[in-house]
Amino acid sequence: MKAVRTILLAWAALLALLALTVAASFAPLGRVLPYVSYGIAIAKTAIVAWIFMDLRKRDGLQRIAVGAGVVWLAILFVLMFGDILTRGWPS
Amino acid sequence: MMGEVGRLQPQFPTLARQREADHFGMLIFLTTEVLIFGGLFAALFVLRAEHGAEYVKSSKAMHLWLGGLNTAVLLTSSAVVALMVEAVKAGGARLAKWLLSGAIALGLMFLAIKFTEYGLEYRDGLVPHLSPRNLHGGPDTLFMDLYFAATGLHALHVTAGLALLASLIWPFGAAPRDSSAVLAGNAALYWHLVDVIWVFLYPTLYLAR
Amino acid sequence: MTEAKSQVNPRMSQEAIPDTAEERVSYLAEGHTLKSWLTTTDHKRIAILFLLSITFFFFCGGIAAALIRLDLLTPAPDLLSNDGYNRAFSLHGIIMVWFFLIPSIPTTFGNFLIPLMIGARDLAFPRLNLASWYIFVLGGLATLATVVLGGVDTGWTFYTPFSSTYSNGAVFMALTAVFISGFSSILTGINFIVTVHKLRCPGMTWGRLPLFVWAHFATAIIFVLATPVLTIALVLVALERVFGIGIFDPRLGGDPLLFQHLFWFYSHPAVYIMILPAMGVVSELITNAAHKQIFGYWFVAGSAIAIAVIGFMVWGHHMFVSGQSAYASAIFSFLSIVVAVPSAIKVYNWTATLHKGDIVIDGPLLYALGFIGLFTVGGLTGLMLAMLAIDVHVTDTYFVVAHFHFIMVGGSVSAFFGALHFWWPKVTGRLYNDVWARLSAILIFCGFVMTFAPQFLLGYEGMPRRYHVYPAVFQPLNVMSSVGASILAVAYLLPFTYLFWSLRYGKPAGPNPWGATGLEWTTPSPPPKHNFETVPIVDKQAYCYPVGGRGEQSRPRTQKADDDG
Repeated sequence: MKAVRTILLAWAALLALLALTVAASFAPLGRVLPYVSYGIAIAKTAIVAWIFMDLRKRDGLQRIAVGAGVVWLAILFVLMFGDILTRGWPS
Repeated sequence: MMGEVGRLQPQFPTLARQREADHFGMLIFLTTEVLIFGGLFAALFVLRAEHGAEYVKSSKAMHLWLGGLNTAVLLTSSAVVALMVEAVKAGGARLAKWLLSGAIALGLMFLAIKFTEYGLEYRDGLVPHLSPRNLHGGPDTLFMDLYFAATGLHALHVTAGLALLASLIWPFGAAPRDSSAVLAGNAALYWHLVDVIWVFLYPTLYLAR
Repeated sequence: MTEAKSQVNPRMSQEAIPDTAEERVSYLAEGHTLKSWLTTTDHKRIAILFLLSITFFFFCGGIAAALIRLDLLTPAPDLLSNDGYNRAFSLHGIIMVWFFLIPSIPTTFGNFLIPLMIGARDLAFPRLNLASWYIFVLGGLATLATVVLGGVDTGWTFYTPFSSTYSNGAVFMALTAVFISGFSSILTGINFIVTVHKLRCPGMTWGRLPLFVWAHFATAIIFVLATPVLTIALVLVALERVFGIGIFDPRLGGDPLLFQHLFWFYSHPAVYIMILPAMGVVSELITNAAHKQIFGYWFVAGSAIAIAVIGFMVWGHHMFVSGQSAYASAIFSFLSIVVAVPSAIKVYNWTATLHKGDIVIDGPLLYALGFIGLFTVGGLTGLMLAMLAIDVHVTDTYFVVAHFHFIMVGGSVSAFFGALHFWWPKVTGRLYNDVWARLSAILIFCGFVMTFAPQFLLGYEGMPRRYHVYPAVFQPLNVMSSVGASILAVAYLLPFTYLFWSLRYGKPAGPNPWGATGLEWTTPSPPPKHNFETVPIVDKQAYCYPVGGRGEQSRPRTQKADDDG
């Protein structure tokens, strides 16, 4: 039963975050908006991974397996945008 | 293979080790899926970096509320799938079957909303090649191209996920016998991944301002 | 039954030797039908299936290479048309990279040996293993379809916008072939990672794993993390080609460099897929040849992981002149120099292992030494290419071609042949004539150097790659390279003769003909289907050779054994 309660609480939190992200897109946040949007997306992902995917109960090895994808995407984006953003092309 | 789920294979010393291996293998596979979609996101981010103004304009023309509804549908289906796995672990076969049906229904609802959106975009002349009335052959066309490529690939994965979930109910009815929740667990993991990908697609495509 | 004993060669017999007792109960005897082979889940049989497949593609890629080198004998475009030459080098690259080198050692020796080396009965997911082979074959068929459809002329690198917009070749079919083969890689990678984590026998800690296993573990990480990005890059090119969607088309706001980033994010780690297993093989060959503990076990193991990880951060060195920003180029240049360090560490450690070892010079050692020498030259020239100023001068010339052939052919293929010779007795249960093995190794080395060393000079002097028309002044070096290639071709064919001969005429190998350490040498040759009767328990380090050398095994192996042999 405790597990069910945790899942339902997580679901509520996810929907709240969804409402927040939609609302944020209407707010005059300007250049900060992408950080807010993706920050919320990361928070949602963390909830799905930690609670729905049971990462809180899995061993370190399985957490690394999931984390590796994220880290490797970061390598791709950081080094690629290191090129794209420093080319000096007119935007 | 379906007949005796969780029977010990000869290369594993214990059933516990085999289950660990199954879950571990599934998680590694999910990581490969994350990297596939990562490439698509890279294309979208590059477009935004190089043509920011047009990107935002195209994003504003998206059906934000339908997309938001779809996000809620998928998040809910993920919760239902998580509940389903708990039910399987507790041995509640009938409850698990109902929850599975619920998750599948939500997944089908996602696809229905998605295709409705596609239809609206067709009507609005925002579909490259097929109905490009309102597109100007530049970054706005490219945005819509990537939108269809990304959501299309995602929809394919939703369909695959639905097939995986359905395979737990029909035709062998593995869910009731899967007391160790291995198959159910792996199908659930795949479904959660499909959800997470959409969680990132939504702000990327619909909420760029 | 009498057996004629050869005075000179204790490993071969004058008469065919029928199946031994071990062979009758081995994995080879479990079913003789085609169906038993095509539906097997035994990792050893799947390894043989892969061996046959990649050997076939080695020949296909070799034929393309022969066409290239023949055409380059003269400065004029007389053998192939311009279009034909483009197709020749493209097919050579695609086939050799994805259908020979990337699968080569992992799917053959990795599949066969990893469970044996860790004391397991099979890989973690045997059915996925078989699926991996079927997917590979499907990709191979798509490649043959590409050839039948007239071939592709984009180079193995599929650069946009040529591949996505302007090429008239069978690009879509080629993209499909590579796309399919990627899934084969991913499944193998998942299998290896889970196997090494979950199926080690009792006592087989990470610190006791053979370095061959460490190398394949690192390779599997690359398979899993790099290949998906290639998958999406190819899908995007296909979408652009079929639907004209413009992701890489500047006229529509796209960025052609995006393709190069996605492609090389995979393809640079891919070259480490091609070399790491070879390095794992060399670790085994060197320790056995010296009959000595490896020098610096954790440095060699750690270097494999370091190469796998840092190798993901250097891809921009393929894009120095593409329009990439100077700042990014500088970062990639620095990281490319850093990635050479773990490779160098391995070379030093192998050399130190040989030092004061009880060395017996046989076929496998010669292949390993060939690897070390040729890989070092390839690696040093790689460092040269990592330096921006030099690369700008030699990019897209034969210098680059020579560099990567030294590593992939001089390195990986030599190690593949070394592995073939070292583990042949285990896989087949038969010994072969080592004199021929040594001859082949030397001939391969000489043919190789004659083929590719001139290409460094050609490239530095300015001959571009992918051109079959060149200034006449380059002809002598080109002729030398082509003659070397013909020697190399003969040298590569040679092992097929004496190795096949050994299947019937080779003496039974026994479990451990080399006196090597490693769990695979404790099983019969060939091993039974489930590898081990009882689960082994390990209590020693890897390469735990007795101090003091081989003892009575120090006799050179060409002398007649004075027992019943």
